[in-house]
Amino acid sequence: MKWILVGIIVAATTVGEVLQAKGMRHHGEIRFRTGRLGRAVALLARNGYVLASIAAMAVSFFAYLALLTISELSFAVPVTAVTCVLETILAKHVLHEQVSWLRWMGACLVVCGVALVSL
Amino acid sequence: MTSESARLRWKTWICAAVVVGSNVSGNFFLKKGMPAELATPLEYITVLFRPMISLGVLLLIVWLASRMALLSWADLSYVLPVTSVGYALVAIAGRVFLHEQISGKRWVGISLIMAGVALVSGGTSPQTTKAAEREHAHAAGAGR
Repeated sequence: MKWILVGIIVAATTVGEVLQAKGMRHHGEIRFRTGRLGRAVALLARNGYVLASIAAMAVSFFAYLALLTISELSFAVPVTAVTCVLETILAKHVLHEQVSWLRWMGACLVVCGVALVSL
Repeated sequence: MTSESARLRWKTWICAAVVVGSNVSGNFFLKKGMPAELATPLEYITVLFRPMISLGVLLLIVWLASRMALLSWADLSYVLPVTSVGYALVAIAGRVFLHEQISGKRWVGISLIMAGVALVSGGTSPQTTKAAEREHAHAAGAGR
């Protein structure tokens, strides 16, 4: 049961976060000024990528709540970091980011760290 | 161009700190308020109205909003490792406030996570795609 929940969380989080990045990229840089911020929120509420990402993250959130009832916090949070490598791969191929070797190293270190924390 | 990249770096660091802080505190309050088990689907909803859980959810809303703002200019492949410092902080919060056990293996893991974060945040620029696009747009604008 624990690992099924982890699977649901990883899949939903990966899809949700890549969609979120795509939607925000589409929107452009947020400027922290009162007038602009309100307009940005109104625009984001009609951004399909952002809405889809929120739906996917809601799935991940409820699965995460379920996982928290049956495991420790110091297991639940780190184990979901597998998404880090999956999303870096998608960032390169779907979002067309220039992922330098330093970033790959960083993502790999994070995942190795996560594996150790959750074992 | 250098003052522009310095501005962006500062903005990125501040926003990343808000992302990490709200994520760690949000997760902490969720776990603290969570009952031992959720028996029925209805309980998944009613549990949201417990004060600790509400606070946790509120903080996670701050997390979502700040993360979205951060992603509006920074790369996902930059944001991911950098905000992973939260994973290490959550484990430490679990140890300090919830008295969960952290083995030697977990401490090594936490150190690796921190090293990954340091590598990406210190070694790479937050943006790889937009800078090129913006330069392109400027060149096009100047040509007109």
